[in-house]
Amino acid sequence: MSTLDFVTVPVNVSDPMIPRVYRVLRTRWNTGDTFSLELVPQEGGDIPAFEPGQFNMVYIYGVGEIPISISGDPARRDLLIHTTRAVGTVTHSMSKLNVDDTLGVRGPFGSAWPVELGRGKDIVIVAGGIGLAPLRPAMYRILANREQYGRVVLLYGARTPADVLYRKELEQWRSQFDLDVFVTVDRATGNWRGSVGLVTQLIGRAPFDPLNSMAIVCGPELMMRFTTMELMKRGISGNNIYISLERNMKCGIGLCGHCQLGSVFVCKDGPVFQHSQVEHLLTRWEL
Amino acid sequence: MKTLETIVAKHPFFDGLQPAYLELITGCAANHVIKAGEFLFREGEEAQQFFVIREGTLKLLVQMPAAGEIILQTIHSGEIVGWSWLFSPYRWHFSGRAATELRVLTFDGACLRQKCDADTGFGYEFMKRFSRIMMERLQATRLQLIDLYQVRE
Ligand SMILES: Cc1cc2nc3c(=O)[nH]c(=O)nc-3n(C[C@H](O)[C@H](O)[C@H](O)COP(=O)(O)OP(=O)(O)OC[C@H]3O[C@@H](n4cnc5c(N)ncnc54)[C@H](O)[C@@H]3O)c2cc1C
Ligand code: FES
Repeated sequence: MSTLDFVTVPVNVSDPMIPRVYRVLRTRWNTGDTFSLELVPQEGGDIPAFEPGQFNMVYIYGVGEIPISISGDPARRDLLIHTTRAVGTVTHSMSKLNVDDTLGVRGPFGSAWPVELGRGKDIVIVAGGIGLAPLRPAMYRILANREQYGRVVLLYGARTPADVLYRKELEQWRSQFDLDVFVTVDRATGNWRGSVGLVTQLIGRAPFDPLNSMAIVCGPELMMRFTTMELMKRGISGNNIYISLERNMKCGIGLCGHCQLGSVFVCKDGPVFQHSQVEHLLTRWEL
Repeated sequence: MKTLETIVAKHPFFDGLQPAYLELITGCAANHVIKAGEFLFREGEEAQQFFVIREGTLKLLVQMPAAGEIILQTIHSGEIVGWSWLFSPYRWHFSGRAATELRVLTFDGACLRQKCDADTGFGYEFMKRFSRIMMERLQATRLQLIDLYQVRE
């Protein structure tokens, strides 16, 4: 068993290179530039089982194929949800899809948030921007087994109040007595009632026991680097911190080498990695 | 006075300070309650204190002609705010307004500056602790400047 195997999930599809056709059931804009698509298989049936943190290769016909994490509830097999930020060619085309339009989906691929390893521990979930989308399935999984965990703390940072993702769900989680939810924005005008400052600044005052915690972190790479530094400053070991990396991808299954980062393939060994295993790769400029 | 000393001694900022230094600091401290919406300090006014937020949230603000109030940062229970009292011309650069009711420890800067000058060992210890906070704020500000979540061109 390689050191990375414990969070990897075997590919669970018959031919991983052939996209399955999905139909758009519902579209929804979450923020000014981020939208969610609810998809169902065109020919009917369930979506493949997936683990929190896994991604699909989403193909917009005639435009291109990109990796997008699954952001729905892993307990639901009737609906595939992708939350995507429109940043470029494929994501902009994807944002223009309407109900009943079709697209191709390959997956699920990649490693998962090892939430089961966190049983009996406090769970610290740190999300930045669109990074909340890949973490939402982990949140659903943890909430479905809430009694197995200690404190559950969600720390979320967005650019401005208008960029806060899943606002209603965050409010609902915040109102739950068994969850600690902190939201902060990088900039705000006078009428914002929440915190202002980087998500890293929430770590110092978040309620968890660093010696018995597991942290899962997703956001821009720089945000994750500084977040993990703060988490370790609080006393969580790098072995108990997991991050999700992004690299450009083509095959999604470890064949083409597009996503290689040093000795690992982000698509196959990742995207979720134990921090202590990739820490040395994150600050190497040439990678 | 005893309770004030206990409160000061318990705060991480003062953690590990010699009892004699703690006594010096407590001699310059007072407890205050500020109502939500009130200003703790205002941009341009004379800065002669720093504060430990014991409970509540403070908004650090700057006024912009077209945009109104911009919140630069929120300061929360346990955190420290204010270093304009350290350097001439001792004026606040930003305003601090209570977002919720605040319980604060107020430290008299003029009194502390005198004590730092008179006992350089104390002064060095005190400046080391303040420099650390300043460094952390500077790092956070740099990251805020990078604008982490923007789309990279
Ligand atoms: C495993 C994995 C999971 C992912 N999950 C998600 C997800 O759940 N939701 C989501 O929105 N994205 C996710 N991404 C990122 C997504 O794959 C990219 O945003 C997408 O490939 C961009 O394709 P494009 O053709 O729209 O942009 P391009 O035309 O390739 O790029 C256009 C411009 O956007 C910039 N850009 C590209 N990607 C990003 C980015 N991620 N952030 C900021 N700027 C960017 C480029 O620098 C370029 O300037 C994931 C990536 C990986 C590797
Ligand atoms: S995308 Fe082809 S090897 Fe990872």
